[in-house]
Formats: sequence, structure tokens, C-alpha cells
Amino acid sequence: MKLPDSKNPDESPDVPGFRTWRGIYLFVFAGFVVVVVLLTVFSHYYA
Amino acid sequence: MNTLDWIVLLVTMVGIAAYGAWHTRHNDHLETYLKGSKTTRWGTIGVSVMATQASAITFLSIPGQGFESGIGFVQNYFGLPLALIIVCAVFLPIYRKLGVYTAYEFLGQRFDAKTRLLGAGLFLLQRGLAAGVTIYAPAIILSTVLGWRLDLTILGTGFLVIIYTVTGGSEAVSLTQKWQMGIIFGGMITAFAILLARLPEGLGFSGAAHIAGAMGKLEAVDFSLNPDKRYTLWTGLFGGLFLSLSYFGTDQSQVQRYIGGAALREGRLGLMFNALLKIPMQFSILLLGAMLFVFYQFQPAPVFYNRVEWQHYADSPNGAVFRSLAETNAAIQVVKREKIQSWLDARAQGNAAAEAAARAAMLEAQAKAEAVRTEARAALTSADPLAKTKDSDYVFIGFILDQLPHGVIGLLIAVMIAAALGSKAGELNALGTTTTIDLWRHFRPLAAHDEGRNVRAAKRFTALWGVVAIAFALFAGFSENLIEAINIIGSIFYGVVLGIFLVAFFLKRVGGTAVFWAAVSAQVLVFVLFFSLKISYLWYNLIGCAACMGLSLVIQAFMPARNPTQKI
Repeated sequence: MKLPDSKNPDESPDVPGFRTWRGIYLFVFAGFVVVVVLLTVFSHYYA
Repeated sequence: MNTLDWIVLLVTMVGIAAYGAWHTRHNDHLETYLKGSKTTRWGTIGVSVMATQASAITFLSIPGQGFESGIGFVQNYFGLPLALIIVCAVFLPIYRKLGVYTAYEFLGQRFDAKTRLLGAGLFLLQRGLAAGVTIYAPAIILSTVLGWRLDLTILGTGFLVIIYTVTGGSEAVSLTQKWQMGIIFGGMITAFAILLARLPEGLGFSGAAHIAGAMGKLEAVDFSLNPDKRYTLWTGLFGGLFLSLSYFGTDQSQVQRYIGGAALREGRLGLMFNALLKIPMQFSILLLGAMLFVFYQFQPAPVFYNRVEWQHYADSPNGAVFRSLAETNAAIQVVKREKIQSWLDARAQGNAAAEAAARAAMLEAQAKAEAVRTEARAALTSADPLAKTKDSDYVFIGFILDQLPHGVIGLLIAVMIAAALGSKAGELNALGTTTTIDLWRHFRPLAAHDEGRNVRAAKRFTALWGVVAIAFALFAGFSENLIEAINIIGSIFYGVVLGIFLVAFFLKRVGGTAVFWAAVSAQVLVFVLFFSLKISYLWYNLIGCAACMGLSLVIQAFMPARNPTQKI
């Protein structure tokens, strides 16, 4: 028996605006980058 | 606390526990008892994952961290969203597809029984040792400031969590955590709003943030490559990724929260919910601490925030030195307040030169205030070498008791206890499940088919771990250093456990015997290095994981080639 294939898109995310899980992961990653940028701007603004 | 506070506290805490126990009292199916309801949606899973991670110490200590050192601690969470994406894409689909109850059951299917027992054993050892601290740490702070008896606080919270966790298992844990997080969010937002309202008139959030920023409390992101700095973007990204991957991917107290649910989609969305919200949530709690710092620039601030302990020494025969330090602190506070007002005036006038001079004077006054606080800690240590000198945990609870109206005080104490119960429930649930599935069923394989017997065993083991945690909290005699020691023990074991799982997922040619001996050798290596080197304990996560993976490849090279069709 082989290790189950984790890359298999076994189900659609069923989230409006997203067709694949990869899209959701990219969205979350982009959200993380935006948060870090906002925190940096916040620090500089109030420094 | 008055009667209204007690009513709010008891109604919320006992009410949620009773609701959880009553609603899930007929849970006698093993699948539901250990994984939760099959209809659980992503919102409940997401909140449950968040509640399991957020202990009472999160809401007591992190505002203190923001108060004392600023909001730079938020960088510790930078690796978390990346780790959760990896858990969603790699770990969770495999756990769901195999239908395992525990993460260590997966190791049994991928490798062999001995590797599964090793993984489960390391988890039980590490989480079992930490179990007492989860109850003890908030109990010691609440009992100190509220004058409650420590043993009754530990027994009360301990038995409350045992009752509903044993009764309803994983479903009761998720259900109660949802309501507890509602109390936590409501209480923290209320406290923040009241804190902003109590700032001097006309200052507002923006003015307060400018003061906090000028005092160095709002440096959220540090790009420095200096290895001596504890919190930087890089330590957060790499160290945080490592710690979070280990915690969310291999620690049963988290795995159990997301492997159930209606479908794979629900677990994934629950984890993505945390990936998006965790950093803003931690930032808000730290910002609350930074705002508390500003608040105490305009209010009489104690020289030492654990006022009960300070008063104990101030009232002793050698109390003159403590009273003198308190007077010096009060005088410096007055001067500092004037300097801050001068800086605010200079800013308002737009006079850059006057602003720079006033800022330097303000920072000088702040340095003097810090020096007096350092003297106060030294005086405590001098009076009693065992005195607790870390007072930042008492800043927020002191504000709650001094500044919030009755009723809201009860709500905020409920926040602390709800957080303690939520994280403790997840922990007990995982300890009971791992003991039942990975140990008890291993040694009694015939019992695996008797569902009722399995549920009864899981209930007994959950209760047993709860009693062990209470006994540990009551009799272990923790000190501040011992609490840190428990965190160090976690780091010593986490790396090797993560290494075993990463071999399982990514090094498919490595078999059970190779990874087992590699893990044992890596654990011995970590112990040897721990006792011979003086490096930050966080590094042992990386060393343990890398050693386990590297040694697995080396040992496997000297063994017959693994037949991938024999095991998963």
C-alpha cells in the first residue's frame, strides 16, 4: 500500500472565489505578507 | 470581587461546563467520543484549535510582555501561517485518509509498532509533565491577587474540566471551547475599550500609540540579523515555522481538534482560519499591553506590579528599603509625567528641535524609572533569594481589579479561567485518547472491537490524567524557573518527534527500524548536548529534528532496501 497522495485535489474547497486549495493557500500566504507589511508600516509610523 | 462579579464568573464558567457535559452526555460511540461530532463545521474546528493553543497565561502574560518589552514578541508567530499551510496540504489529508484517531497511529501504519509507541511515549511524557503547569500557572496568579486559596483554585478548575471532558470527550471539548472563546473575545474587547476610555482626555488611541512608539514599545518587526536579539523577523520565520509545524502537525492535543469534522474541507478551513487570525489576535493582546504602559504613565504606577508580594516585604521588619524605593518611584513618575506632557506639547506645536529635546528628556526619565524597578527586584532577591521577581504577569490583572467596574471584573476573571479550562480540556482529551489508542489497545488487541469498552477506557484514562495533573499542580512545588523548565523539556522532545513525522511524510525509502534507532540516537544526542552546551533551548527543536532525519538516512543505507508495498 502506498502513502496516500496528499497532492490529490480530493475535494473542491467550496469557498466563493476559489477553485482550488492552492488558491486558498496563496491567499493565506498573501494575507500573511500583507500583515507583516502593515506591522512594519505601523512600527515606522509610531516610532 | 463583589457578588455581581461572582455571579458573572460562576454562571459563565459552570454554565458552559454544564452545557457541554449535558449536551454530550450520551456520547458512547468511539468515533464521536475521540474525534468529535461528524457534523462539526470549520468555524468550530478553527475556534477549538485557537482555544487549545491559547492558555490562561496567554491572556495574563502576553499583555505583560507588551507592557514590559513592547510588541516585538508578535514575530514569534510569523512561522505559524506557513506551518499551517504545510499541515493542511500534507499532514491533514493523510491523517483523514487513513482514518486514524491519533497522529501516532499513523506512525504505526507508516512504520511499525515500536515507532508508534516511541512517538506516543514521547508525547505522553512531555505533555504529561506540562499538564500540571497548565492548571498551576494561572491558579498561582489568580490566587495571589484575589486572595483565593491556591489548593481550592487548582481543585475547582481541575475537577470542572475533568467532568465535562470525561463526559463528552472531544465533542464536549470543541463545544465548550466555542463558548469559552466567545467569553474571551468579549472580555478582551471590553477591557481594551475601557482602557482607551480611561486614557487622559484628548489623548486618544493615536496619541497613546505615539507615546508608546516613542518609548520603544511598538517595534513590531525587526529585520536585524544580530543573533543576540531574541525576537526578529528571521527567528520568528524559521524558529516559529519549526515550532508551529511540530505543535500543530504532531502534537495530539492539536491533531485531535482538526482530524474530525464533517469533511477534510472543514479541518482545512479551520486551520486556515487560524493562519489568518492568529497574528492579528496576538498583536491585539500585545498592543493592549503597550496601551497599559501608556495608561500607567498618567496614573500612579507601583514600583512592582505583584503588589501582594511587594506589600509582604514592605511590611516586614526590613521594610524601610522597600518603602524608600516606592517613594523614589513615585517621585520619578511625577517627573516623567511632566516630561511626557512637554513632549506632547512640543509635538503639537510642530517644533522639531523642541520635540527632539523633550523626547530625550522623556527617555531619560523612563530609564530612571526602569533603574528603580531593577533596584526593586534586586531588593526582593536580597530579602529572599526565592522571591518571585517577574511582575509583568500581574500588570493586566492589576488593571482589571483596580480600574474595571464590577461585573466586568467577573467577566475578565472568567476570561482567564475559560482560557485555562479550554486549553486544559484539549490536553486531557489528547492524553486520554493517546493512552487508550496507542498504549491500552496495543497491549489488549482483542479489546479493539468492543466499542463500549474502548469508550469506558478512554473516559478512565482522561480522568486519570486529570487527577495526575491536579496532584502535580498541588504537590510539585513549582517555582518560576520550574515553569520555564517544563518549556525546556518540551523543546527537548519536540524536535525528535517532528523528525519522525517528517521522515514518515518525505523520506519514503526509510523504514521503521531505521527511524526508530535514529530517533532514539537523536534523543540521546539532544540530551548530551543539553547538558554540555549553553545555547538557547529553542535550538534543540532544530537539532533533534535534523539529527533524526539525517541518522534515519544513514541507518537505512546500511539496511536492506525497504519494500514500499509492505507498509503504507
